[in-house]
Amino acid sequence: MKSGRFLTLFVWVYLLFLYLPVILLPLFAFNTGKIIAFPLKGFGFQWFYELAKIEALHTAVWTSLKIAIITSVLATILGMFASRAATRFSFPGKGPIMGLIMVPLVLPEIIVAVSLIVVLIKVMGLGLSIWTIILGHVLICVPFSIAILNGAFRSLDKSLEEASVDLGETKWTTFRLITLPLVMPGIISSLLISFVISLDEFIIAFFLTGSEPTLSVYIWGMLRFPGRIPAVMALGTIMLIVSLLLLTASEYFRRRGLRRSGVQDVGGFI
Amino acid sequence: MKKILKTEGANGLLLVSPTFIYAFLLLAVPIAAVVTFSFWTQNYLDLDTTFTLDNYRAAAQEPIYRVLLFRSLKISAIVTLATVILAFPIAYYISFFVPANRKALWIFLITVPFWTSYLLRIFLWKVILGYNGVLNSGLKGLGLIDEPLTFILYNMNAVVITLAHAWAPFAILPIYVVLEKIDRSLLEASYDLGESRLITFMRVTLPLALPGILAAAVIVFIPTIGDYVTPKLVGGPSGLMISNMIQLQFLKANNAPLGATLAILAMLAVVVTLALLWIFGKLLTWFNRNYFGILR
Repeated sequence: MKSGRFLTLFVWVYLLFLYLPVILLPLFAFNTGKIIAFPLKGFGFQWFYELAKIEALHTAVWTSLKIAIITSVLATILGMFASRAATRFSFPGKGPIMGLIMVPLVLPEIIVAVSLIVVLIKVMGLGLSIWTIILGHVLICVPFSIAILNGAFRSLDKSLEEASVDLGETKWTTFRLITLPLVMPGIISSLLISFVISLDEFIIAFFLTGSEPTLSVYIWGMLRFPGRIPAVMALGTIMLIVSLLLLTASEYFRRRGLRRSGVQDVGGFI
Repeated sequence: MKKILKTEGANGLLLVSPTFIYAFLLLAVPIAAVVTFSFWTQNYLDLDTTFTLDNYRAAAQEPIYRVLLFRSLKISAIVTLATVILAFPIAYYISFFVPANRKALWIFLITVPFWTSYLLRIFLWKVILGYNGVLNSGLKGLGLIDEPLTFILYNMNAVVITLAHAWAPFAILPIYVVLEKIDRSLLEASYDLGESRLITFMRVTLPLALPGILAAAVIVFIPTIGDYVTPKLVGGPSGLMISNMIQLQFLKANNAPLGATLAILAMLAVVVTLALLWIFGKLLTWFNRNYFGILR
């Protein structure tokens, strides 16, 4: 199996390429030197302490959290409607309708940003606020939410709902008592993924941000000042850890959901 | 009326309508508005709403717009090719060599770097590729080079490397999904009938994986055309792309109609490229079926 050994070697080199930035991020965050270059100076937490002193950063974090929480709730609710309709019913125009909803997945984000600027600001004359960003973020999060929820709704056994209706429950109580608990892990997973996507999104926020910059827009501004960059590395390290915790939680809930409905797990998220 | 509301079609439509209306109002209508805008002109602070092709004429005549558009297409095409070619062996390895109970872990491993802040990932590539960067100081330390390499930052190469990194999981996952679906007994049948590993790969595995490879190419190609941050941070003047000009027109030059025109042209370029690719794919399949008999 000589070809197998070549392939294994290639895989490890590729993984190094994939992980290079992720390894460097904490390395520079804990480095006490002021410039981002090798050799490293020493180990210390000073850049993390410095983060605590930047007032504007705290405001930006708070703005981003507000946007991410509202976005994840709205995107998941809209995702539930579409996913339930797509997995349970066949209706006229299903292909084009679902196609339009899923399009932001492959549309360059700058197109979404530009089209929202044209309609919301130039045509409707609205001012920029966190709500203009939320409108854009919901649009790009809904397809991810649908992709996750489709798995949850599809693995749902239809006969459980029919049994509930036969036993005299109404459509709404059936949904609340039977359907909702069974797809709940999918819902939590969708909330977490949307939250992470919104928190990290830059282009739409950059175009639609008003007087309150989001975290990513604030980081973009900081990247121009060499003195600020070690602190940005520390911030990036914290964000990476938070993202990974949320994603692990999301994956845990998704799998628990599949186990609960007795389906064989196939692959990871996305 | 009540009867119509009870049909399955009506139920489905009713259920999908909130999401559909949202996408319609915030995606379909805005894109239509961008198209309309591209036929208008900016007159200092006022919009001149008489229909005109002036923006398109400017986009065709000023060399800068043409250069940026074609460069964006070229960069996206190279990035797509590089990303898909590098991604295929990885997807193949996970699907065929990794034990079934470890596959989910490997997919997780592939997606972890993708969850590092998008801005910082690109910024770190600038740190890696820079004049005194990680790569140059590493190669110098090893004694492999005397002078730092300069062809890897502030040009198209840097943009290609960075984007190929950023979109890796989006290429690996669709290919992995189709490889997982391939019935392994087909491969055994081919071996039993005396075909070598290479021929089996070319005539069984690759044709069956083709839909996933094409999906990966489309998923990488479309968004990279519109990337803004990568060319801005690592591209230098010779690596700037069309979205940098779109941003300039919208946020700095206050010429939204021209920006809208460039956005429309970028989208059209994507559509035309994809259509050509589709026709090419159809021709290839037809040619194979009639003359070579492989890829059947």
